[in-house]
Amino acid sequence: MQPGLMSLLQDGGRFGQQRIGLTTGGPLDPEAFALCNRLLGNAPGATAIEVSFGGLVLKATVDTRLCVTGAELPLRINGVEQDRWRVHAVKSGDEIALDFATAGCRAYLGVAGGFNVAPQFGSSSTVVREHIGGLAGDKLQPGDELPCAAGSDGPLLFLPENLRPGYSDHALLRVIPGYQQEHFPALQKRRFFNSEYNVSERCDRMGYRLEGAAIECDIGGILSEGICFGAIQIPADGQPIVLLNDRQTIGGYPKIGAALSLDVARLAQLTPGATVRFEAISPEDAHNALHLARQRLYSLPLAESSI
Amino acid sequence: MRLSQAGEAALMLYLGTETSPALSARVQAAARAVEAALGSDLVDLVPSYASLLIIYNPLTTDHFSVGERVRNAVAGLGDSEAGEGREVRLPVYYHPEAGADLESLAERAGLSVDDVIALHSGTEYRVYAIGFAPGFAYLGQVDERIAAPRLATPRQRVPRGAVAIADRQTAIYPAVSPGGWNLIGRCPVRMFDPAATPTMPVSVGDRVRFEAIDRARYLALGGEL
Repeated sequence: MQPGLMSLLQDGGRFGQQRIGLTTGGPLDPEAFALCNRLLGNAPGATAIEVSFGGLVLKATVDTRLCVTGAELPLRINGVEQDRWRVHAVKSGDEIALDFATAGCRAYLGVAGGFNVAPQFGSSSTVVREHIGGLAGDKLQPGDELPCAAGSDGPLLFLPENLRPGYSDHALLRVIPGYQQEHFPALQKRRFFNSEYNVSERCDRMGYRLEGAAIECDIGGILSEGICFGAIQIPADGQPIVLLNDRQTIGGYPKIGAALSLDVARLAQLTPGATVRFEAISPEDAHNALHLARQRLYSLPLAESSI
Repeated sequence: MRLSQAGEAALMLYLGTETSPALSARVQAAARAVEAALGSDLVDLVPSYASLLIIYNPLTTDHFSVGERVRNAVAGLGDSEAGEGREVRLPVYYHPEAGADLESLAERAGLSVDDVIALHSGTEYRVYAIGFAPGFAYLGQVDERIAAPRLATPRQRVPRGAVAIADRQTAIYPAVSPGGWNLIGRCPVRMFDPAATPTMPVSVGDRVRFEAIDRARYLALGGEL
């Protein structure tokens, strides 16, 4: 009905295709995405809609169950505000609206069984820049029909309120120093790890450009090389760019390291003006943090609505 | 050889520092060996001129295990000789109406437009890397006389098929995108077509030659202006 500012079909992401230059795509907040599918009893990577900022209005054409997780975008079903992080039964003809965000900016709307979208290069994730995935490689447009099967049978689970993540306007990014980090003098590294940065207007699914203390590198460019998720590029003006899901696969700017994915997910919930700090972390601590987060994600107790 | 941590689930393997067909072949050989050594722990590989980014699944393995397996796999590689590579010929309509920077590049180089065309189409290039965007192939090396730095202000919109130079690299933009390379012509061949098999007319290691064509031929081959 109304696609909102930027609503994209996403599954777990497109992997194994970077050799032909295809980026990974996938949900910017994998925790909220995974919980959406877990609440619905779906496979972990089932296709959902990533709604950035809000403004999405859908009309159900089947009886099914749906769930909204992630940023605080008020959910209304037939005009009545409903709880997020909770599975709701909807009937054909119901109107589902996600209003504009009051905290955070990426929410996930999933349905029982996931949206049924043909994968391209192994994934349904939409990368608009590449015209790949989703419906015809684009963000949702007015009149798009999102295929999904009827699925009204199943428990109406919810995540207890005290376990729901909050969304602030600050992120601490733990960073594994790497790549060209030895080309950043000690003073520059100290400045990087002790300064507060602001999210600039130039932030999208490709990368978040930050503004603050300029960081100097003793080399201007490098022979183009692969860029991993969360890599922090320092271009000539010294303003860091954290590279996200839709990043270019290779590039020639020096990089000081890469941020932990768990923290990049928090960064991606920020809007221009929000603040960011960096903290160095060892690869071993990063590895532990990933395992603990994974364990927590799949052990969070879900409750069932009693009605 | 140097192996270093790149991110929480990525190691970077550096195999040299130069741009050469032999090193490119070594990167390709290392990619095959690492793929075999890591099996299902491997998530993705990004080979480039002199390096290989190895992305692994941190929930099934860790950097100690990956590092050891990668070192062993690469130590077992013999000397890699650059293969012959497939020869691919790509037609290009070189003209100021198809390449907005052709005249300024010639002027800066102190050459005529015809000299620039002769030098660009008279060189055989290697495909060193594919990346940045789907189907974007980095070709090298451009003759030093027509090497040119990136534009100070990148263009918002470079058309599909634009043939361009940056330093000693040349490439064809596979889709409309922003870009800061110097545009010298246009190629009517699609460099990336998700519906085609293969999706790309070139792969890493191929040898590419450009053939100058005129406007009529460019349009007949499906080129757009």
